[in-house]
Amino acid sequence: MQLEINGHDVYVATGNRIPDPQKETVLFIHGTGQDHSIWVLPTRYFARHDRNVLAVDLPGHGRSGGEPLKTVYEMAQWVIEVLDAAGLTDAAVAGHSLGSLVAIAVAALHPQRIRAIALVGTTVPMPVSDYLLERARENKHEAIEILTFWGFSKSAQLGGNATPGNWMLGGGLRLMEKARPGVIYTDLMACNEYREGMEHAKMVECPALLILGERDMLTPARSAVKLADALPNAEKVVLKGSGHALLAERPDTVLDQLIRMV
Amino acid sequence: MAKIKTYELETLSLHAGQRPDPTTGARATPIYQTASYVFRDTDHAASIFNIERTGHVYSRISNPTNAVLEERICALEGGIGAIATASGQAAMHLAIATLMGAGSHIVSSQSLYGGTHNLLAYTMPRFGIETTFVDPRDPEAFRQAIQPNTRLLFGETLGNPGLEVLDIPRVAEVAHQAGLPLMIDSTFTTPYLCRPFDLGADIVMHSATKFLSGHGVVIGGLLVDGGVFDWEASGLFPTLTEPYEGFHDLDFAEEFGPAAFITRARKEGARDFGACMSAMTSFLILQGLETLPLRMEKHVANARKLVHYLDQHEAVEWVVYPELPGHPDNELAKSLLPNGCGAVFSFGVRGGREAGQRFIERLELISHLANIGDAKSLVIHPASTTHHRMDAAALKAAGISEGLVRISVGIENIDDLIEDIAQGLKASQKSPSKG
Repeated sequence: MQLEINGHDVYVATGNRIPDPQKETVLFIHGTGQDHSIWVLPTRYFARHDRNVLAVDLPGHGRSGGEPLKTVYEMAQWVIEVLDAAGLTDAAVAGHSLGSLVAIAVAALHPQRIRAIALVGTTVPMPVSDYLLERARENKHEAIEILTFWGFSKSAQLGGNATPGNWMLGGGLRLMEKARPGVIYTDLMACNEYREGMEHAKMVECPALLILGERDMLTPARSAVKLADALPNAEKVVLKGSGHALLAERPDTVLDQLIRMV
Repeated sequence: MAKIKTYELETLSLHAGQRPDPTTGARATPIYQTASYVFRDTDHAASIFNIERTGHVYSRISNPTNAVLEERICALEGGIGAIATASGQAAMHLAIATLMGAGSHIVSSQSLYGGTHNLLAYTMPRFGIETTFVDPRDPEAFRQAIQPNTRLLFGETLGNPGLEVLDIPRVAEVAHQAGLPLMIDSTFTTPYLCRPFDLGADIVMHSATKFLSGHGVVIGGLLVDGGVFDWEASGLFPTLTEPYEGFHDLDFAEEFGPAAFITRARKEGARDFGACMSAMTSFLILQGLETLPLRMEKHVANARKLVHYLDQHEAVEWVVYPELPGHPDNELAKSLLPNGCGAVFSFGVRGGREAGQRFIERLELISHLANIGDAKSLVIHPASTTHHRMDAAALKAAGISEGLVRISVGIENIDDLIEDIAQGLKASQKSPSKG
């Protein structure tokens, strides 16, 4: 579905359904340099199970126009604009990595619009190394390689994809290689500069579920303990053996967790 | 596109796509010899059918043993997804059927495996898909042959049997400038010698019967998607960029992004055409793949020694191998195939067709048969076998003379191979009446 926000086209995957204000809504937010396609399985599941689904492409990502937004705060405000444009009052929000920070922020700043959040591969703060930022600023392919090789557990780098015949590492690389120049840097900077995270976490009123990877090298599970403690109504699950790319490495387990939460 | 840097080829050949079986602890890849798979409940079944959950429905579409092989070739090639098919021919057909329909056109190298030539020249036209064949050494010929209805450029890493080295980067550039993908048959080289995606190709296919297996006990094919080609920007591929009525209006590019092609190939092509690989075949190919780097190193080493021997032999008129200084693609081979030009090459026995036949019939160690890529050395006379449907003009265009002998060099002891070749060549030069 195409929306228009602030004069820019916005793409939202809906599972081929037209949003119905009478139904509950789930809104999915991707991570750095990615797009809606990382949520393809949950999108199709929840659409068939009578929910409105909005798997967004953030501005400047995937099929959405405009420039990438520079801060998590701006992205959170934009999520509300997406709900408004779709004619929907509230949603459960699931975010991966950068998207999880947006979920925290929008839940904190607009509690009446968000009924639950699911934070997949998350931590607060989410600092990014100077080396990676510099490679991303220069639009070096090395930035994509770092994010991908650190994003998948070593086991997943050998394979064993639950989706028959597809190689996870190749898929991760190809998707991020499609990001326009500057997008990955802007996204990483947004993660790095999101300093209000813990304050926002304390403000979240709705239930929160943290879905973490035991072998996550980008947002280590142990680093999310403080975030889980700060969220007033949080539950945490750690998926054994998974890296940061939980949606690729443990797609069915993540879906099972989302089903009971959102 | 930068090279995917992860585990190295030797490690991936052994491990990619497989983890020890979680139920039994089996270290080897189990043979999932089953047609179908039990669902937990009706919603679970619906979720798998509708691509909401991962899993298998029916082994024509996917199978856990096949999935290991598919993922392994993907990892070795640096692709995004793969499908194991009943044969290399089935992989080729699956790619064509996924990309185009009646009224479409292909531009192909004219130096092809005979089976591929049959498919493109004689069979696909019956289904409305025409092919223009061009000189593989002339990228501009590919450009000039492109028509408004062209949907694919195709060639082999090494032409069969002339060993023309395809300039993949230049032909890929021609393809991409026209908004078209380039598919490469990489059977002769395997990922050990060439990774076509690194050179700009978009789709790779293999006859897995050959070097990937090495043992010559199964027939199988593999189709691999590089995941780079932008189907939407091209605008020429409605099967990938428009709603598909056969799957609830699924738009593959929209929902699966880089994996659009391989997903459509599985959800439609494997489902409807049904040329699937058996689990037992996958298992056997996996056994071969584990030793691919070791075998290819030995294949190439033996081939180089044999080329040198034959090139010096007075009973041999000529030897075609790209590493020889006089080969037209010698410089290109150094650039694109630095680790070797494979282990299949051609030579002409002095005395023409009859001398060639006497040579083949006298061999005792090297087998006379229609295959390549076995660990055992093989030899054939293309004009009377693999390319027998081609007339003299077509043979000449494909770089095949009537006396040409093609050899696929195995991994036997090189001295034993040379001894067998030597006695064969000696016999070839004797008059039949004295014989």
